[in-house]
Amino acid sequence: MTEDSAPAAQERDQERDQEPDRPATHAVPPGLLALFLAFARMSLAGFGGVLVFARQAIVEQHRWMTADEFNETFALCHFLPGPNIVNLSMVFGARLRGIAGGIAAFAGLLLPPTLIMTVLAIIYARFGDVEVMRRILAGISCAAVGLLIAVVFRMMIPLLKRLDAVALILMLGLFLAIGVLRLPLQAVLLVAIPVSVGATFLMRRKVAA
Amino acid sequence: MNAENQIWALISTFGLMSLFAVGGAAAAEPEMHRIAVDVHHWMTDKQFADAYAIAQLSPGPNVLIVTLIGYAVAGIPGALAATLAMCLPTALLAYYVSRLLNRPSQSRWPGLIQAALVPLSIGLMAASALILAQSTDRTIAALLLTATVAVVASVSRINPLWLLLVGGLLGFAGIV
Repeated sequence: MTEDSAPAAQERDQERDQEPDRPATHAVPPGLLALFLAFARMSLAGFGGVLVFARQAIVEQHRWMTADEFNETFALCHFLPGPNIVNLSMVFGARLRGIAGGIAAFAGLLLPPTLIMTVLAIIYARFGDVEVMRRILAGISCAAVGLLIAVVFRMMIPLLKRLDAVALILMLGLFLAIGVLRLPLQAVLLVAIPVSVGATFLMRRKVAA
Repeated sequence: MNAENQIWALISTFGLMSLFAVGGAAAAEPEMHRIAVDVHHWMTDKQFADAYAIAQLSPGPNVLIVTLIGYAVAGIPGALAATLAMCLPTALLAYYVSRLLNRPSQSRWPGLIQAALVPLSIGLMAASALILAQSTDRTIAALLLTATVAVVASVSRINPLWLLLVGGLLGFAGIV
């Protein structure tokens, strides 16, 4: 969807050589099995959240999407109801291979961890105490937050490179409203989404003029 | 209640909940606790806390705590029913909305709206990271671990699993 945005396209042409976040090709989409396996792998690696591994696989390893395309697809899935990374698997898979691709990615994301969870549930029902697990979890959680900070930073890079002041101010505003002031999410989005759409509209009209 | 009724209760509960879970599974966590522990008495408070820990500790999307709730209610069929009810309807919705927005057309609004959501999405993720950091990093050692991982993962292409493993070992040793 970035193709119709002139500044983004120009930027990416200039960055062709040093930017690692360019897809190798759009011409050869992966097959259904490849989609299933790719999502199964990111899911099984995804301790403490799959987003970190999804971005790494889709943008950096397979180069199925640019950093901008990933941001836009994730943003859409983020603001639609439901678990965002599950939404992403369906939307991403369907974009490459139609509804069958969506289901392949969705199944790859959910099937292996669901089986593991079920086994853990059976073990838990039998033994019931997870004190050691909780200690390990405390350490993993600290590292997982660090990874989340890093992936947020990487997702910010396209905006920073473009010096997109409007986007950066909106981003900072949402961060302060939710993260620091702890305002209710629904109310903040009710204001932020129209403001952001309006600002983007005005910016693009200025660029086009 | 017999087993079939239990499964319908799971499907309707999580199917409905997923439709209101905007902004990620973490936002739905308090509501899950309320429904599973206070409303339906599917689990005790401790069972729910343990399920949350197991879901965080296992690979896969953290939303899969619903698999554990489903298992506690109705065994393996319950686990599958709860997982699909929580994940499939909204994934299909996302598919249709995405297809609608990406239909080739003269209108530039779909692309514009998607582009407009990007900074909001990143800002929201950054806010989540801050809120999570405030709840997990209660000691200097924990804060240092988070900061170190953030820097290392930002500047290098190291496999994130190694960083999680280090975190797990430090946690097991009781350091963080």
